Amino acid sequence: MTDQTSQNTSEVELLSFRLADEEYSVDIMSVREIRGWTRATPLPHAPAHVRGVINLRGTVLPVVDLSVRLGMAPVEGDARNVIIVVQVGGQTAGLLVDAVSDILALPRSELQTPPELAADTAHSFIEALTIVEGRMIRVLDLTAVLPDDTAEAA
Amino acid sequence: MATDPMAEIRASFFIECEELLESLQDALSEMDEGSHDNETINIVFRAVHSIKGGAGAFGLDALVGFAHRYETVLDELRSGRLDVSPEAMKLFFHAADLLQDHVRAARDAGPSPEGSEDCLRELEALIGGAPVEVEEEVTDFQPMGLSFDLDLSEDLDLAGPASQGGGCRLSLRPSAALYASGNEPLHLLRALTALGPARITCDTTDLPDLATLDPEQSYLAWSVDFEGEPDEDDLREVFDFVEDVCDYEIEYGAPEAVPPELELSDLDLSAGASEDPEAEEGFGFFKEPPDAVETAPKQPPAVVAPASGAIPAPADPAPREASKENAKEAAAPASEPSATVRVDLDRIDRLVNLVGELVINQAMLAQSVAEAGLPPNSAVMTGLEAFMMLTRDIQDSVMMIRAQPVKPLFQRMARIVREASGAVGKEVRLRTEGEATEVDKTVIERLADPLTHMIRNAVDHGLETPEKRRAAGKTAEGVITLSAQHRSGRVVIEVSDDGAGINRPKVRQIAIDKGLIPADTVLSDAEIDNLLFLPGFSTADQVSALSGRGVGMDVVRSAIQSLGGRITITSEPGKGTRFSISLPLTLAVLDGMVVSVAGETLVVPLSSILETATLTADDIRSLGPETNVIHVRGAFVPLYDLGAELGYRRPKTSYDGGIVLLTAQENGARSALVVDAIMEQRQVVIKGLQRSYGHIPGVAAATILGDGQIALILDPADLVQNATGRTRGADLALAG
Repeated sequence: MTDQTSQNTSEVELLSFRLADEEYSVDIMSVREIRGWTRATPLPHAPAHVRGVINLRGTVLPVVDLSVRLGMAPVEGDARNVIIVVQVGGQTAGLLVDAVSDILALPRSELQTPPELAADTAHSFIEALTIVEGRMIRVLDLTAVLPDDTAEAA
Repeated sequence: MATDPMAEIRASFFIECEELLESLQDALSEMDEGSHDNETINIVFRAVHSIKGGAGAFGLDALVGFAHRYETVLDELRSGRLDVSPEAMKLFFHAADLLQDHVRAARDAGPSPEGSEDCLRELEALIGGAPVEVEEEVTDFQPMGLSFDLDLSEDLDLAGPASQGGGCRLSLRPSAALYASGNEPLHLLRALTALGPARITCDTTDLPDLATLDPEQSYLAWSVDFEGEPDEDDLREVFDFVEDVCDYEIEYGAPEAVPPELELSDLDLSAGASEDPEAEEGFGFFKEPPDAVETAPKQPPAVVAPASGAIPAPADPAPREASKENAKEAAAPASEPSATVRVDLDRIDRLVNLVGELVINQAMLAQSVAEAGLPPNSAVMTGLEAFMMLTRDIQDSVMMIRAQPVKPLFQRMARIVREASGAVGKEVRLRTEGEATEVDKTVIERLADPLTHMIRNAVDHGLETPEKRRAAGKTAEGVITLSAQHRSGRVVIEVSDDGAGINRPKVRQIAIDKGLIPADTVLSDAEIDNLLFLPGFSTADQVSALSGRGVGMDVVRSAIQSLGGRITITSEPGKGTRFSISLPLTLAVLDGMVVSVAGETLVVPLSSILETATLTADDIRSLGPETNVIHVRGAFVPLYDLGAELGYRRPKTSYDGGIVLLTAQENGARSALVVDAIMEQRQVVIKGLQRSYGHIPGVAAATILGDGQIALILDPADLVQNATGRTRGADLALAG
């Protein structure tokens, strides 16, 4: 999805957000909306990163704790946290993050492929890296974060 | 319009076909009941005829061929040259079934159904096997412009020189709907002149000039002066298919043969050209093509008003002769479009969803108003209460949109009965009751398979052979009754036969032979009857083509249960068997018990709960090292801790004083689910989880509660199947 929407243009717009003290971002074209934190109803037999489901104007929306998904400590879940509603392929899901920080417009050429490094969980989810005002920002590959079947092996 | 307009017209033709087939079945059933009046026979004839006409326009040759030959035989019936015998009725029904197959085959571009040739031959044998005469059909529409002479359009003399002093004058004025439905006055005029020499005069007085002419409207009228006196019935027959859309009047005697003087000045160049577009619109076969519907309200009253004004005073628009035809014609265009509206199911579902939202929103609003501490009789509170009532009403009305009468389903069953009884050589009559009962569309769709199976069972196993029936002092013809009715918020559908009833010793023996029950079990009659629902049970001595393929009543029962329904069986030896299915009115809402487990709110379908109980220490007996059973009413029931099974918490050390829900599974096995508290019983709106997340063991769906939170709806049977049953050993370190 991210590839399709942005490949043709030379500019790319990213929504950046904080997880722990790191900065991540996703292609803004896949973001549907940003919501305040609401308590999710936990699902039985769900993988640890699936926080549960919330009511998004009448539809049942699964919420993924992005922090757990990337191999870090769970997001605490209070009024400061936000849920970024993203659409990947035909699937809609919520990403629970610490806080949204900025919208960045960058030339595509400034995105760098991440170097091959030691195998940590988060690595395969990162599509590209870039530097903005001296901060390194990771661009997430949403198709990897949210595989077709969110409920993979429970 | 982005899509192919022809494909849309085609699609609406097939929808119309379904309606025609339904009315065909209805009328045939009426005839079968003994009403042989002309109107009923005409309905049958017209249904077949209309299907043929439409099919012709789309070049569906196989369908046209079948319908044409069927129609020819029906025509004999209509004209009274053929009597309605039981054999003929059977053939007519069979042909109607085949016609339906032909329609389906044409729609899905599938192969033509087999056996239609045989059926047609048998049909034609009824009328002496006369070769079908090829007639020029009125409905065989080649686009054909009316050729008017511009300067002389009043003289459409098709029958040679007219003589004065004729015996009969027929005047006709087609309405716009006639053209819109693809008919053509020229054909009518030709058919009329075939009845005798006549002089035809066209009345163009109403024709406006080109600037104000609406090509969708009808401005022309004709009068036909017959020399002789053709039979009135013959004349009326010409208008059989257009009487709704064409005014006509027959006058016997000697009217002045001189037509009203035509003012040529009124008739400018547009006369001939203007009529052509209408005439060439002959491809539209449908009663209400979109255009016609849109233009109908705009229709200036003047067009309808001078209904039969072609006769002496065309200027007088008063419909003095308020004949039956006139009244009908005036009413038809107004009422037809409003009678039914075809709506995409998706749109209705969206509406249902939105209304569900509204209900939830209203509940949230009510909650926050209550929290604000306003006095109960304040304006806000009363307004909110009215709002609540309104939303309830809206929800009910919206649910009703999805509801449909069970009639089409029952008609399908009528066909199953005919086919099944033919296959096993039994005489069976299907009686239906409560066809107008409305049920959710999805329920109807998913009911078709189980009902088919039950009907086949009733024909094959339920009813005896004619010989046995006679020996038992019954009529040779067996009766299967299919009924539907609303009963306390549910729909009850019953299938009953007047056969021999369940052969209980045999059923019991089979169950023992198949190892389903121990040989020494003592069973009540009802318990024996219920053995039929056990998987892998089949009572037929011989495996027939109809039933007894190892797929038994257990499949029927699980299909019904998946719809949230229950099925019960009652039987009386020698009198018959009755299956009773009780179904919820809709699949969109569910009656549930809202419970709380480990701080989470869950909904358990009320249909699966037998009873609730509070446990005492004496009730609980340990079974294995980690499992418990409880002793309820003389039986041991496995105990499951919902909180532990769903991974919310570890099993408790003691369940003394705990609350359990006793649930029954499809196979009759019971289980006890431990919950922390029972909050309330209420209807909840079902929200699917499958699409957004996938299947979760033990969870059927989700719902949204009044506070906007999502609660899971449990599927107790699935839960128990996947359950560990750990209700002890809290000290053991459990994974997670």
